Amino acid sequence: MKKNSWFVTIATTLGFAFLYIPIISLIIFSFNKSKLVTVWAGFSTKWYAKLLNDPQILGAAWISLKIAFLSASLALILGTLGALVLVRFRRFHGKSLLSGMITAPLVMPDVIIGLSLLLLFVGMEAMFGWPAGRGLTTIVIAHTTFCMAYVAVVVQSRLVDMDESLEEAALDLGAKPTRVFFDITLPVIAPALVSGWLLSFTLSLDDLVIASFVSGPGASTLPMVIFSKVRLGVSPDINALATIIIVVVAIGVVIASTQMKPKKVS
Amino acid sequence: MDTPQKIANGAKPWIEQAETPFIRISNLTKKFGEFTAVDNITLDIYREELFCLLGGSGCGKSTLLRMLAGFENPTSGRVEIDGQDMANVPAYARPTNMMFQSYALFPHMTVEKNVAYGLMRDGVSKSDAADQVADMLNLVQLSEFAKRKPEQLSGGQRQRVALARSLIKKPKLLLLDEPLGALDKKLREETQFELINIQESLGVTFIVVTHDQEEAMTLSTRIGVMDQGEIVQVGEPHEVYEFPQTRFVADFIGSVNIFEGRVSADATDYVRIHSQEGDCDIHVSHGVSCTENQKLWFAIRPEKLTISREKPRGKFNFVKGVIDEIAYQGNLSVYRIKLASGKIVRVTKSNRARHDGDAFSWDDNVYVSWDEAAGVVLAQ
Amino acid sequence: MSKTNGISIGRRIFNRIGTYGRSLVIGVPLWWLIIFFLIPFAVVFKISFAESLIARPPYSKLLEWKDGLMVLKLHLSNYGYLIDDDLYILAYWSSIKVAFFSTLIALLIAYPMAYYIARTTERRRGVLLMLIILPFWTSFLLRVYAWIGILKTNGIINNVLMSLGITSEPIVMMQTNFAVYVGIVYTYLPFMILPLFTNLVKLDNSLLEASADLGASPITTFFKVTLPLSMPGMIAGSMLVFIPVVGEFVIPALLGGPDTLMIGKVLWNEFFSNRDWPVASAVAIVMLVLLIVPIVLMRNAQQASAGASS
Repeated sequence: MKKNSWFVTIATTLGFAFLYIPIISLIIFSFNKSKLVTVWAGFSTKWYAKLLNDPQILGAAWISLKIAFLSASLALILGTLGALVLVRFRRFHGKSLLSGMITAPLVMPDVIIGLSLLLLFVGMEAMFGWPAGRGLTTIVIAHTTFCMAYVAVVVQSRLVDMDESLEEAALDLGAKPTRVFFDITLPVIAPALVSGWLLSFTLSLDDLVIASFVSGPGASTLPMVIFSKVRLGVSPDINALATIIIVVVAIGVVIASTQMKPKKVS
Repeated sequence: MDTPQKIANGAKPWIEQAETPFIRISNLTKKFGEFTAVDNITLDIYREELFCLLGGSGCGKSTLLRMLAGFENPTSGRVEIDGQDMANVPAYARPTNMMFQSYALFPHMTVEKNVAYGLMRDGVSKSDAADQVADMLNLVQLSEFAKRKPEQLSGGQRQRVALARSLIKKPKLLLLDEPLGALDKKLREETQFELINIQESLGVTFIVVTHDQEEAMTLSTRIGVMDQGEIVQVGEPHEVYEFPQTRFVADFIGSVNIFEGRVSADATDYVRIHSQEGDCDIHVSHGVSCTENQKLWFAIRPEKLTISREKPRGKFNFVKGVIDEIAYQGNLSVYRIKLASGKIVRVTKSNRARHDGDAFSWDDNVYVSWDEAAGVVLAQ
Repeated sequence: MSKTNGISIGRRIFNRIGTYGRSLVIGVPLWWLIIFFLIPFAVVFKISFAESLIARPPYSKLLEWKDGLMVLKLHLSNYGYLIDDDLYILAYWSSIKVAFFSTLIALLIAYPMAYYIARTTERRRGVLLMLIILPFWTSFLLRVYAWIGILKTNGIINNVLMSLGITSEPIVMMQTNFAVYVGIVYTYLPFMILPLFTNLVKLDNSLLEASADLGASPITTFFKVTLPLSMPGMIAGSMLVFIPVVGEFVIPALLGGPDTLMIGKVLWNEFFSNRDWPVASAVAIVMLVLLIVPIVLMRNAQQASAGASS
């Protein structure tokens, strides 16, 4: 009875083709000899060599990785605290404010977040002299703010699903609250923490708009460099970069999904 | 201090009053906002008892248990365990352990680690802990599963891990929240006796919360029946079954027929009740404190009723009706007999012969009668 | 007795750390968001009433001391400017239009896919879900970039069409609204599929069997049972697409042409090209006001689905 009709099957096949044809074309033309990204002129890996010798791209990539690592880690701490507070604490001043603010960045257009944070930084600099200028620090703050929303949502749903009597059982067996948190709560929500961090890391690596607003001279992230190159037209070394990213992500996702598969009951 | 006689050997400290109660609950109340979950409960429980708190969902039995464990703070009242006031003692420092309804096994730890967790928190050395865990797993027959994770166990095995984990610290008091609730019927019956054996061999006091009256009857030394946050009756299993004090208790435990009536004659050694709905006069062979014409209820269990085609002798203790429904259940049959007033009376009859030629059938006109000491008179 | 005291003293100390720790745990995320999320909006709101100046920072102060008096100067001109100049109203309107139609198209494409994944075998479901999520983890910018190679005049589609002899002249697709729609639907499709899938996978198959048993054809069953029950998923998915698309900048900037008007692009240009911060702020405030209704709608849908699943 649970069978999909031919219409649904065809529509799904076309849907997946729509999703993957651009990605596949990116990969194929990264190995193209010609500079024209669209006409096949033979196999070559020269664009990879060019990419790996491009100091601008490599520098931007390094900056982006640093920012992504810092923001993901900060967002993990802040988002987890926020989720814990919202799920576990019964009532306190500002609870509804916190729950409203923590998910709002999920749907806020990037241009608004970027503009508002830039105006804040400019205002703060005028008032307190901090942050002096804009660059890595301001991008990390901005990315942390919107990434913590994702962490909070992921961790929150895991906490809600968690059987609260697990914590009570540990308490009952003589563990003090802090001990309970590290022995029980943290290991149980660990998968959510991992996916929250990874999600934040990729979101930060991927962001162009917010970073463009709050960045300053000397802190061009990878998406900013790609954007300025792409605006001038297609170039095969960008295809090579895309291919590298796709391969890394695909390997990561496959590993993650095989690791997280639940073991069968014997 | 001389050692009191063991409950396992038939002692009844709640009657003898020779011993100080092990757990004293006095005027305990818990409110959640406007809602009163536990309403002014006072209760004494003795050492080595297996006490069941029995009631429907939302009656407050779990809240009471959680206050004993220290997960909920009482709104007012006092809990004393072994002479020590529990008011400022947090859950992790109480001499109690709990077995959770969901078992609450730590999913990221093996069976062994789960059971050892309590010992490690007490700073027991690794080798001592390993020995104790091995003994405990042996007791619950799980030695071969020591290295497994909870998700790799069956429901019954998980239940035993939870029990082992809660017993390993040799608590003075073990609290069990619906310990058999998640097991299927057959396994539940086997496990009931296992639980009693373990309780008797370790001499730990058990308080069990359950909604299953059969389970409560089988397990407990005494039962506390709860309704709307209050304990409505405390007694040994046969007491709450044979001598319920209210219609709620009579109805909640087992099946019962209740006739509403008014006192027609009141003497020191008997009382007579006339019931409109039964169209009968009831003679009870003991005195009841009541007044003439007072409204009362007469409760009688289905197995204490007899069906006959002939009219019983005498003027009292029978009703007349038509067989409306017969439910054959193998060991016994349940008859639903409709009286002229429309009231249904349930009668059970054990099926002694394999084939009863003179069996009753649908629409038979029958008399239902009972012994003058078979029922109880209830004032509320 | 000493043991009892030990416990109660220990607990008292713990409690003190507890309340301190508690306010720390609450305070850190709360204040972070107040400072870096709430206050910035207040700043944007404030600056939307300022006057553009050629200075650092390039806007006037609202409060000034003049002859010992505090003077509050609110320039409503920025908002007046938004109304006077057709550009802004057209841009808002066209953003909402683009967002609406791309949401609709995404819904039409996503529904059968989500339906298929929800009803396929468990093994295949895992793989397909992974395939939906995978592009989401790769660079958004690069996926939009991929379409340039496909759509441009000497791009893949035109090459294929011309080599097959279907057209002799290349079809212009890049820098058109068509390209913008393709890019938007493509990037936001996973956001539509995932909530729809989570909703459809919970649909009890016996409901469909009951409907069939009562004499409904598969198509009737779909419209009378499946579709109404998947409403929360459809709303959640639609809002996840609609709201960010209204403010979208990258896709119209890369795939659209000079006549592609979208408010995200207008804000960007106002800020980066014209350096008119007050007007950019006013544009942002109006955008926010327009988005309040869909945001509230989405929160309600989320709460409804959270309530239904618990």
